[in-house]
Amino acid sequence: MDMTAEMTPERRAELDARVQRKLKKRYRAAKRFHFYCVGSLVLAISFLAFFFTDMISKGHSAFQQAHVQVDVDYAEKNLRFTKRAIAEDMHDIVSRGWLRDLRRVKKENPELVGTKAVAWALADDEVDQYLKGNKDLTGDDNTVEQKALAARIDALKADGKIKMKFNVGFFTNGDSKIPEMSGLWSAMVGSILVMVLTLLFSFPIGVMTAIYLEEFAPDNRLTQLIEININNLAAVPSILFGLLGLAIFINFFGVPRSSALAGGLTLGLMTLPVIIISTRAALRAVPDTIRQAAYGMGCTEWRTVRDHVLPLSMPGILTGTIIGIAQAMGETAPLLIIGMMAYIPEAPEGFLQAATVLPAQIFTWAGMPERAYVERTAAGILVLMSVLILMNASAVLLRKKFERRW
Amino acid sequence: MTMNLAATDLSKTPTAKESPVKIACTDVNLWYGDKHALKGITLDLKQNEVTALIGPSGCGKSTFLRCLNRMNDQIKGVRIEGSIMMGETDLLDPKLDVVNLRTHVGMVFQKPNPFPKSIYDNISYAPLMHGLVKKGSECDDLVEDSIKKAGLWDEVADRLDASGTGLSGGQQQRLCIARAIAVQPEVLLMDEPASALDPISTATIEDLIQELSDSYTIAIVTHNLQQAARVAGYTAFFYMGDLIEYDNTGQIFTNPGQKRTEDYITGRYG
Amino acid sequence: MTTGQLLLLFAACLLLLAGTAYVIGRRRAEGIKAGGTFMNSQPGQYGQFAATWTAVPAIVAAFVGWVATLFGAEIISGKLIIAAAVAAAVVGLVWAVRQVDPELRARLGVERVITAALITASMVSILTTLGILLSIIFESIRFFGMVDFMHFVTGTEWNPDAAPEGSEELITKGFGSLPLFAGTFLITGIAMTVALPIGLLSAIYMSEYASPSVRSVSKPLLEILAGIPTVVYGFFAAITIAPIIVAVADKVGLQASYQAALAPGLVMGIMIIPFISSLSDDVINSVPESMRDGSLALGMTKSETIRHILIPAALPGIISATLLGVSRALGETMIVVMAAGLRPNLTWNPLEAVTTVTVRIVDALTGDQAFGTPETLAAFSLGLVLFVVTLILNIVSVSMVRRFKQQYA
Repeated sequence: MDMTAEMTPERRAELDARVQRKLKKRYRAAKRFHFYCVGSLVLAISFLAFFFTDMISKGHSAFQQAHVQVDVDYAEKNLRFTKRAIAEDMHDIVSRGWLRDLRRVKKENPELVGTKAVAWALADDEVDQYLKGNKDLTGDDNTVEQKALAARIDALKADGKIKMKFNVGFFTNGDSKIPEMSGLWSAMVGSILVMVLTLLFSFPIGVMTAIYLEEFAPDNRLTQLIEININNLAAVPSILFGLLGLAIFINFFGVPRSSALAGGLTLGLMTLPVIIISTRAALRAVPDTIRQAAYGMGCTEWRTVRDHVLPLSMPGILTGTIIGIAQAMGETAPLLIIGMMAYIPEAPEGFLQAATVLPAQIFTWAGMPERAYVERTAAGILVLMSVLILMNASAVLLRKKFERRW
Repeated sequence: MTMNLAATDLSKTPTAKESPVKIACTDVNLWYGDKHALKGITLDLKQNEVTALIGPSGCGKSTFLRCLNRMNDQIKGVRIEGSIMMGETDLLDPKLDVVNLRTHVGMVFQKPNPFPKSIYDNISYAPLMHGLVKKGSECDDLVEDSIKKAGLWDEVADRLDASGTGLSGGQQQRLCIARAIAVQPEVLLMDEPASALDPISTATIEDLIQELSDSYTIAIVTHNLQQAARVAGYTAFFYMGDLIEYDNTGQIFTNPGQKRTEDYITGRYG
Repeated sequence: MTTGQLLLLFAACLLLLAGTAYVIGRRRAEGIKAGGTFMNSQPGQYGQFAATWTAVPAIVAAFVGWVATLFGAEIISGKLIIAAAVAAAVVGLVWAVRQVDPELRARLGVERVITAALITASMVSILTTLGILLSIIFESIRFFGMVDFMHFVTGTEWNPDAAPEGSEELITKGFGSLPLFAGTFLITGIAMTVALPIGLLSAIYMSEYASPSVRSVSKPLLEILAGIPTVVYGFFAAITIAPIIVAVADKVGLQASYQAALAPGLVMGIMIIPFISSLSDDVINSVPESMRDGSLALGMTKSETIRHILIPAALPGIISATLLGVSRALGETMIVVMAAGLRPNLTWNPLEAVTTVTVRIVDALTGDQAFGTPETLAAFSLGLVLFVVTLILNIVSVSMVRRFKQQYA
């Protein structure tokens, strides 16, 4: 068809027919594409849903722990070899750790010594896992002893002598090689110590850097270099910060390995760009009219920033800081390099002592062979995720509450 | 009463011909949410004529223009009533295929918006997608013809592979016009096509509009009264969503029937 | 005394002296002002001036002393440093108080010190980059003093245990990094195959199709994916995804390892989805509305407009998002440490176990080996490569986005 010809009804009809011929196919393609887009979003969100369901289903049982009722003979001699304090058929049902701790009765409850009493003892992890349905003791692969144990557990349960109680120890104990005794306490303390140092280190330096770049810096090569550098630092793989911490802080400056100080310094450097970038955005959001008004009143550059610009941008700065700290709180890789995955049964008491943090504790437990650690790892993840979601939610709220449109 | 109300030069104004009606709009009402943006517009666009839509900002002239190719469908919360008939077809019929409609009614926008593709691909994209032409010489001919009709051929003939975004503003707008005609429309809608251009490019575009009116029915929104006087045979004056007056351009500019039209044309508000 | 106690003592002395300086400086200024003389600055600013000139010399002295001990000047004890610092502070105090005078521009002095402090703070980020660079470069130089460079780059066998120990000659065995990089690229490739389409299409859905309410819910939900700690993803990959992969592979008659590259790759892809989607969303939204109108007015359907006009227009931004995603994936550590293998394996089969650069870095530095053996130093050389590659990706990505933004500014 001659496309340059004058429009006639015949030509119009032919053109319309050509458009119609392709139209169905094009609409089908449009529908398909729409479907792919919806599907992608649904897929991404269902990953999230699957992840949380998976973690909750694996981890929720760790918040309960089996306890067993036993007769305890607190005779003096039994408190040295505590296995004798309970009946022999309970030895594989009661936790080794609980038996070990019976020794402390002499110091903590001296009035009990020499008496006999009924106590709710922590059950062994095998018992606990069997009761939670995580471990099979009655199947074809199990030994005769295991089957017998299962029968005794069932009998005790029928008698009401085994109960599930809230797992207080999970929050108050440190790490332990005895699964039922292990808890998050030392990791939580370690995380708090490290985060305090990270904050102390990155917040002032980050805010100062941002103030300099945004309010004072002349536009020269050095300033541009600092800016490019900060953008790149924000994208450097976190493990490289670990190499830096190892080579500079530990090997060169002699900061103790595994200490909260080494962790705080390393994570502080890592958080620095996040704080700088968000602080700069917050400073930039303050309109220049505010600055000009302050200059007009005779404020110097520094007074203008300190008394007028900084207070106005504080919500934004704090939002960015919380997000940065939350990121640091979930970070593991650089901490592995500086040795913060050590076995820490007792909470650290200072910044120079060996410490571990929540994600490192999760990593350690994830590598343990016992079934009981799987649920504790997942439960640790739930705790960590709750803290992180809480932090991020508060950052969002802070931003919403103080958001100001100029 | 014959008086030249404004310093508007009417010497170039095309004489309105007694052409057949191309698009007949009857009682068109449009709401953005609660806002009644078009109030009972009744207006006929004559075939192969330029109709200028004038009026102060926010008067509904662009909204009305966008009804003619259903571009308002894009905006959420828009409700339209009334009828816009093109031949036997009601353009407001919700069952109407808008893709098909837009091959009949082309549009050129305020800001030149060439695609980030080559000049050739800018023109050939839509005709190929619609299946109007096949790749090869048929398509080449169409591209050449469209660019020629848009008066751009001499400037770009040797660089059809260059990017369309590299052209000057006026050239970009003519490219957009060429792109619109390549789809073989009968009606061209132009939304302030020269407002983002310099005076020389504006003059070129205005000449082009006059030429194109031989083969296309054109509706042009403009805030430039002189431009309306120069290119349009008919002029419609919109005010606050109402169509105040619609007549041939000479009549509107020299002898408006309404006080408000006169005020606007003499520059009492705008 | 322990380091902590020394620090405390130092801080206490410093606070005391600076406080004294502030009070004396202020009193003196007030005295002069009371005499009716016009003062250049407020009395409090003279106080700040005196306090600054007391604290800064002390801190400088203490820092110099401490650095000297690090470089082996063992005669300098902690107490000696503190004594020197206090002396410096006293000298500063006396000098500053004497300077107090109507002509003295105390305010200007204080402002200068503050500016200097701000500049010093900005240097920390530069020093961090330098620190990373220097630490990995120095150890890498040591490494390449022991191991042949060409062997490291082109060798196909990574097995530090097999390397000869204590030999004088350059090692040419056991440190071929190719399998590590192949493993890294395999897992990165899987991750991007997941993340790129899902992230991009989700972004398109949210910016072009979704209603504002759907958008306001789904965007933060996707952001949660980016906030999940990588150690958590690692556990998820190892405990949940890997067994599923093995089971599915078994069903279709394939052999999959529990450390198959597919598990960490898939999970890493999920982790990267929000990076791709939020950056793509950003660039797609910054393509001007007139581009959409232009295409729709030509009779294009929405999907044609998106596929043929918006995506090509936003392409530089999308490529840049992809590069950032790749950079993330290359440097990701915990997911692969927990879910990928330890054994280097030169393969393209995603169902086999492979190991990655980051896994070997962690493995080399968390074992019991003495620092300074080729194996631990190798970690730094691998780190150097990682740094250079991610740096290039980041720079290219940032400059592409900048050019894109300028185009539609």
